[in-house]
Formats: sequence, C-alpha cells, structure tokens
Amino acid sequence: MFPKGTKRKFSDSGEEAACGGGDQGPSAAPAPFAAAARTLSSSYSLQRQSLLDMSLIKLQLCHMLVEPNLCRSVLIANTVRQIQEEMTQDGTWQIMTQALAAAQCPADRLVATEVLCRQTEAAAAAAAAVQAGQSPKPFSVSGLEEGYHSEEVVIDGDAEAEVAMSSLSPVSPQLSSASYLAGPFGMGPCWEDDEEDADCDEDEEEDSEECASEGEDGERHHLRADSRTGEQVFGTFEIKHPAPPPDPALEELFSDVDPSYYDLDTVLTGMQSTPKMGPYDLLESLSSHGPTALSSSATCRSDLNELDHIMEIIVGS
Amino acid sequence: MAGVTGGNDFQWCFSQVKGAIDEDVAEADIISTVEFNYSGDLLATGDKGGRVVIFQHEQESKNRPHLRGEYNVYSTFQSHEPEFDYLKSLEIEEKINKIRWLPQQNAAHFLLSTNDKTIKLWKISERDKRAEGYNLKDEDGRLRDPFRITSLRVPVLMPMDLMVEASPRRIFANAHTYHINSISVNSDHETYLSADDLRINLWHLEITDRSFNIVDIKPANMEELTEVITAAECHPHQCNVFVYSSSKGTIRLCDMRAAALCDRHSKFFEEPEDPSSRSFFSEIISSISDVKFSHSGRYMMTRDYLSVKVWDLNMENRPVETYQVHEYLRSKLCSLYENDCIFDKFECCWNGSDSAIMTGSYNNFFRMFDRNTRRDITLEASRESSKPRATLKPRKVSTGGKRKKDEISVDSLDFNKKILHTAWHPKDNVIAVAATNNLYIFQDKIN
Repeated sequence: MFPKGTKRKFSDSGEEAACGGGDQGPSAAPAPFAAAARTLSSSYSLQRQSLLDMSLIKLQLCHMLVEPNLCRSVLIANTVRQIQEEMTQDGTWQIMTQALAAAQCPADRLVATEVLCRQTEAAAAAAAAVQAGQSPKPFSVSGLEEGYHSEEVVIDGDAEAEVAMSSLSPVSPQLSSASYLAGPFGMGPCWEDDEEDADCDEDEEEDSEECASEGEDGERHHLRADSRTGEQVFGTFEIKHPAPPPDPALEELFSDVDPSYYDLDTVLTGMQSTPKMGPYDLLESLSSHGPTALSSSATCRSDLNELDHIMEIIVGS
Repeated sequence: MAGVTGGNDFQWCFSQVKGAIDEDVAEADIISTVEFNYSGDLLATGDKGGRVVIFQHEQESKNRPHLRGEYNVYSTFQSHEPEFDYLKSLEIEEKINKIRWLPQQNAAHFLLSTNDKTIKLWKISERDKRAEGYNLKDEDGRLRDPFRITSLRVPVLMPMDLMVEASPRRIFANAHTYHINSISVNSDHETYLSADDLRINLWHLEITDRSFNIVDIKPANMEELTEVITAAECHPHQCNVFVYSSSKGTIRLCDMRAAALCDRHSKFFEEPEDPSSRSFFSEIISSISDVKFSHSGRYMMTRDYLSVKVWDLNMENRPVETYQVHEYLRSKLCSLYENDCIFDKFECCWNGSDSAIMTGSYNNFFRMFDRNTRRDITLEASRESSKPRATLKPRKVSTGGKRKKDEISVDSLDFNKKILHTAWHPKDNVIAVAATNNLYIFQDKIN
C-alpha cells in the first residue's frame, strides 16, 4: 500500500494505522501526541473516513450477501465503533457534529443528489448527534440477531436506505441513549434476505411521506439530514432500486412484514415493535415503517387485517 | 511420521483429483468440508449443494506396492435439502458446514453432517447379499396369495453387487437460532456438541428432541453484541472438556463438571496484542476461524487470518508456537477488507503424530509447517501439477521488489482460489485439499 522505504513520519504512521499497512504501525507515541499527529494528517483522516464509509456500506448491504453472516457483521460493527471512538478522541467528532448543526436545513430528500464534500457529510452526521443533544454514544450493534423470537428489532432495511453515514447520530432529541447507526443496525434486515429487497421499494415512498408528515422536529431533521448524507454516501449507488424480487405478489404480501410479526405478543397488541424496546427501537419503529409506523388507527387496522391474512396462510399451510 | 519438507527422504506428490475440470464452477459443487474417518479408510466431503460424497481407500495393488491405494467413490447421498423458513421468510442453505465421523463400532459407518440449522446422523452400510426364496412374495416382489402356498422353504442368502446405502438415523433439529459453525463428537462416543454464533449445545446421539445448552454468550440486549463464537471442539480424551474460540481472538476452555452452564471458563487463552502493529483491522484478523486439539490432547491449534498458533493447554497467556501463513497480506488488509476476503475462514489440521500442521491460503496455495524442524513449505493444488505421482514443487510468494523466477508476486495472487478446507490422514502421509470444486489428494513419495 505504501512504497517501501517511505520515511515514516507522524502523518505516515497515522496512515499506516488507518489501513493496517506497512511493516509496523505507529510507533509508541503517547496517545494524545499521536492523536494530535493524526489530526494533522488529512490523508489519514480521509482514509479513516473512507474506511468508515466502506464499513457502513457493508453493514447496510448485509442483506445482499448470499449467506448472512453474523460474525462478519459484528466485526464490521466493531470496526466502526473503533473508528468512532478514535474520532471522538481526536475531537474530529465534535467538529463534524458542529458542522452538521450549522448545515442543517430542510431539504427535499428525493432531490438531495448534490455531493457534498466529506467534511460536510461528516458534519451532517455529527450535527444530528448534537442536535439530539448528546455526544455520540458508543456505536452498538443492535438487533444483529437473525430475527427470531421476541427480541426482534423493528428495523428493517428501509431506514438503512437513507440513513447511511449519517446514522452515526442518535435519531431523536429525546432518545438520548440511542445508539447511532441504528439504521443499518436494525438487523432484521441483515439476516432476512428476502425481506430486504421488498422493503427497499416500499421505503422510499414511506419515508418521503414520513418526512412530509412527521410532526416531530427532531425526527424530521434527522431524516432530512440523514437522507442527504445518505445520498452522498451512496452517490450513484442504486439503493433505491434493488433487483426486482422474484415474486412481486409474494413480496408485496410480505413487504410490510416486520421481523417480529410472528411474535404473538406483537400480533396481539397490534404493535409492530419488539416487546422490550430500547429508545432507538421506538424511534425506528416510528421512522422506518412508513404508514405502519405512523400508527394511525386506519393503518393499524389494515395492518391487523394483513396480519390475520398472513396468519391464516401460515396456519393454513 | 516423517516431516513435511524436502530433504531426500520426503516429498509430496500428486495422487488424485476429484471433481469437474470446467472453468465454470457450479455453486453447488463447491466443497465446503473435508474429513477423514478415524482409520483413514474413508474420506468424506460435503458441498454447497447439500451432498456428501464418501471416498474409500482401495487396497494397494499387488502389482505396484510402492504406491498407496487410491480413493474411489464409495457413497454419494443428499444429506440436506434447501429449506425455507416461512415465518422469517428466510432460506436455510443446504450447504454442509461440517462432517464429523463417529468411531466405528460395527460394520456400518456413522457420520454427523450439519448445515446451518440441522444436524443429521447418517448410517452408511454395505449390502452385498440378498435373500432369495421368500415364501410370501415372488422374486419380483409381488405378493403371493397365501392360500396358494403349499410348501415352505427357507430363504437363502445370495451374493449381489455391493450396494452402499446411506440412511439418516437421527435428525437433530430446531436447537439453533443462529448458524451452526461446528460440531464435535465427544470422546465418550455418546454425546456431541454443536456450536452456533452465540450458543453451544450438548446432545446425546440417541436423543433428538432434547439438547442441553452449555454455553450462551448472547447478551440480554443485542445492541451490546461484540463477540461471537467461531468454532468449538471437544477434547480428544477428556469427555468433560471442550474449547470454543471467538471473533476477538480468544479461546475459552470449559469443564462441564463445573457447572451446567459453562459460561464461565476454566481457562482463557489470549495473546496480548502487539501495540506496535495495531490497526483498525487488528480485531478482524485476530478472529479465530478454526480451533483443533492435537491428537495427544496436550496442545491445541488456532487459525486466525494471517497465522496459525499452537497453544499448550497449560499456558494461557500466549501460544507456544506461531506460524505465519501469508504475512505478505498484512499490507493489503484494506483491499482484503474491501473485497471481503478478510472474512474468509480458513481451517487447519494436525498430522497423525502432531509433528506437522497444515492450513490453506490463496491462489490454491496451502502451507505445511514442521513443528520439529521449524521448516515450512508452500504447495499448490493445481491442474498443472496433476500428473500422476508428480512431485509437488514448492511455491514462493515474492514480497520484495525483485521477483525471482518461479516466484509469484502478491498482486498476481488469485484471491478467488482459496483453500479453506484441508484434512490429513490420521496415520499416513496422505492429505486431502479442497480447492473450490476439486478435491486433491496428495501423498508422500516413498523412495
């Protein structure tokens, strides 16, 4: 990765640390000194940033893997957490946060195709965090499980679609302990290959509806900012148009199916969320399920009807 | 047993290759596990299509006593079928993750095969006789009218062409929420363990509707999940001891006598990290992909992305031996992370006398390390070197700027040709190497 014989300076050692290249990592500089040295190196920051982006994309695309792999996701998540921790120590995180706060402005999600520079993008993410009133919480892998039984996490792929990079931020002002990257981390998606594609299609419309109708300022800001940064991360990457599902009818039938669907508790209570919900779970259930998440009585009823219908199929078969 | 490397008395040479030669490899034909049985007489492979193929060692021919016998197909059967979990809208892959043989107790052979969710016990038995002269049915199987039978005869056993039958005797299902990565038969020959990403279960071979959960590392809040189980194995002699490895590069040895739930380990093996080589990839490359006890039971071997380590069970704070498999990849970790190769799970194996270890690499290379002489060798499983009894030429990857003749540069390595599964005969110097859809068998040349 780096030519041999390159004289290792602080900046180089930082780069090597970022990409694991070179013979040795950074020499034993004391932590703050090394941190300061690293912030001096913009190439190190860029590489770290690109590693972060790559990791986030990988997490988002978990569901596109042939074989869902919990180990891989956990390792990628830990890597992201590591980067986030380092960025927090460097103070870069705060910079991003403030820049994002400054950059907040309503934007039509669907129009957001302009590519902002990385600084702003990171800032966008961080600002959402600040706006939530918190310093970024340690990144955590939520709902990484395979989507089984009662610990289902509500999230599915839709939230991921637009909250990519920016989901580094906690998602709502009042959810102070929310873990960021809740988006990709609504891991029902990672394991449920078939659901993802269907969800993606739905999500776009749902989310735009949401954006328009959501009353919660925090969420709206979050979604808007997130969607914008999400756009940047993906750029031309066509998350919006995943491969058409093999059986459109079947996919549509199951498109709103939440991983916790089969959980009797949720079915009976009509809630599309896990029995024990963390704060971000609540947010995700609000933001990611489109009409169902808005929990208007009409949508609840139609969902219950769908639920009945599907239960009939399952029980009948 | 002889060592692994050159010298005048020992060389590896090609014996056989199984599998299609086509460039287009069908996904279902990709070999996903290889395992010799306890005698080495049988060699089982599992593939992504859920099939198991068992090869049997033919006796050496009297004409050519200097050659070991060949392995020929003994039995082929469909072990697992693809399933669809309707509740979760998830496909359950039929890929065979592991095969483990049971010690032979009678004429039949038994093995355990597992996919992500279900473990099956298969009985493979031979039939070379059939009964003729039934009273109640004709030779073609039609039932005779009992009233028309006027005399009784005793059926006689007549020889027939050998038929090898595989039948599923037990199906151990619905015990794993996550994907099963390991199974291991206990030394008591009555129980076995199965491990998925977060839990390990103990089964009795006779009982399919119950298993004991002995390890559970699932956090109450999945948000806190940072570590998964990557492999597990029973101790070869102590039926109460087993180990499991994690994605953080740690190995825990547990004693089942201590408690019903072995969440608290008896021993904890971890090598302290070298702070000078720390990078964002440190944790990923430390994740252990395979753990194997030595035949003696005194050592265990772990495989992480770049190295193989031998641990003395009596020393927890560091391994006694470390072998670099492909250190030249350390500077390429970023690219390997990008193309996901960094998550490849390589296996490793001991030879029968525990004097040598073997593991795979990329470009269809595999590496062997002699623990006594500390010599190592890199060999390639390729069609080009597949002439009968052709000696394998050692390969070398050039890391510096100057590439010698016959060396291959790191950038020319084919990362799609990875050798993840290898097996070493329990007694002889015969090895089986799975290269995508081909199974190569190499043996030593007896001079």
